[in-house]
Amino acid sequence: MFDFSIVTNWIHEWLLSLMPEGWAIFVECVAVGIGIILLYALLAIILIYMERKVCAAFQCRLGPTRVGPWGSIQVICDVLKMLTKEIFTPKGVDKKLYNLAPYMILLASFLTFACLPISKGLEVLDFNVGIFFLLAASSIGVVGILLAGWSSNNKFSIIGAMRSGAQIISYELSAGMAILTMVVLAGTMQISDMVSGQSNGWLIFTGHIPALIAFVIYLIAGNAECNRGPFDLPEAESELTAGYHTEYSGMGFGFFYLAEYLNLFIVAAIAATVFLGGWMPLHIPGLDGFNTVMDYIPGFVWYFGKAFFVVFLMMWMRWSFPRLRIDQILALEWKYLVPISMVNLLLMAIIVTLGWHF
Amino acid sequence: MELSTPSPWGRLGWGPMYKTNMNNNNYFGTLFSGLCSLGTGLKTTMKEFFTKKITEQYPENRKELQMFDRFRGALTMPHNEANEHRCIACGLCQNACPNGTIRVVSEMVETEDGKKKKQLVRYEYNLGSCMFCQLCTNACPHDAIAFSNEFENAVFDRNKLILTLNKPGSVPSPNPSTRAGSKMSEKNK
Repeated sequence: MFDFSIVTNWIHEWLLSLMPEGWAIFVECVAVGIGIILLYALLAIILIYMERKVCAAFQCRLGPTRVGPWGSIQVICDVLKMLTKEIFTPKGVDKKLYNLAPYMILLASFLTFACLPISKGLEVLDFNVGIFFLLAASSIGVVGILLAGWSSNNKFSIIGAMRSGAQIISYELSAGMAILTMVVLAGTMQISDMVSGQSNGWLIFTGHIPALIAFVIYLIAGNAECNRGPFDLPEAESELTAGYHTEYSGMGFGFFYLAEYLNLFIVAAIAATVFLGGWMPLHIPGLDGFNTVMDYIPGFVWYFGKAFFVVFLMMWMRWSFPRLRIDQILALEWKYLVPISMVNLLLMAIIVTLGWHF
Repeated sequence: MELSTPSPWGRLGWGPMYKTNMNNNNYFGTLFSGLCSLGTGLKTTMKEFFTKKITEQYPENRKELQMFDRFRGALTMPHNEANEHRCIACGLCQNACPNGTIRVVSEMVETEDGKKKKQLVRYEYNLGSCMFCQLCTNACPHDAIAFSNEFENAVFDRNKLILTLNKPGSVPSPNPSTRAGSKMSEKNK
């Protein structure tokens, strides 16, 4: 397995030979930041294209086919169109909060995005309570949504934001509980340790029944946290026009749209890290030849492969099920997912204590 | 599936979420039947994911494009090899048309045995005002008119939309009523 820390250390030493340490670290931070932003934009474009194609296939259509081969330039054209649109501030909005809200959402999703272990040695934020930080940072997003709804001076926006707040805060509970279940099994909260601990089998296999239950619960809660269907009623277009981002135009709307798709990727990538072993190749204990062959596939290929597999699962869910009502959403969370994930956490604790896992 | 109504809470959605044919009063019964129905939904969409897509990429596949049999493109009057049509100029289609799209011009001719008979001179059809409701073809007693699958109807001049459906030199079929029973089979010629 190629360790990217060789490359990063080499860059660090090269910068140290040119400038004092403080400046070197500053330059590295800027470079990493730009890298993250570029990757973020690239992933958003890929995800939107994928969503359009996958959704089309589920609905027996072809999706975009006209712009570029198989419509591949369509999303880039959409982004350019979005960039050239007028940024419009309606009358009566709270200007400061209205302009701040998209950046809050983007901030939350950048912070979470930086935690993802893309390959060995390519972790940006990696410390001993990584998973905890990740959960905390991802919940900043709801502040942005509430701000957007509140500052827009529009009843549809505020209803959408309130629904979103109720929904995200509720589902964070079961998503957190599902991740906690896997933290119990992994025995660490540091993301890099969690990944390297899965070299003898991904946690979803070693944790068997409770891990599978936690995976399903996490997928459901993750879909709800991204405000995606069947939990997309904060922006239920038939009743709330576009929900909390009704009053936004141009790139203000673009940021919400971007963050929505990147949150989808982040949720999928966390699932890939926690349940499917992150960048760790598929290792079957005992089959050494097979394991070495798997090691030749680079870590980031494994990582993005797994993440996009989970993204596909979530799109499959989204385009299969009809939208739930707000009371049904809360009933599903508080009456089903929370009790089940609590029992599941207990079950996992018992299994780990008795050593019944692989 | 409908909301369970036996309990007052069910109406508010706080009861068991969906009524199914399984035991809907206990927690785990609804949970598992709910999961099963979600699984059915996922299976259905996954099947759809791999089916042949229904989209026609029209200008590219213009050569091999097959329209659906029941598609209503434009009204036509089928003629056989002897250049005979089955229109008896009764005017039922003209009366049935809600838009006044059809104008049947007829004349009275005298047959050999001395009977007077109405005969079609010109069957005028204005494609521009047709709404493709198919009332005319339903009214026709002899299936003399039918909708074709041709849909490339655009022209540059509105006058070109006024069509004469009977071909020049065509004559009425000597025995049109023989076709009257075969309404379904002849409709899409």
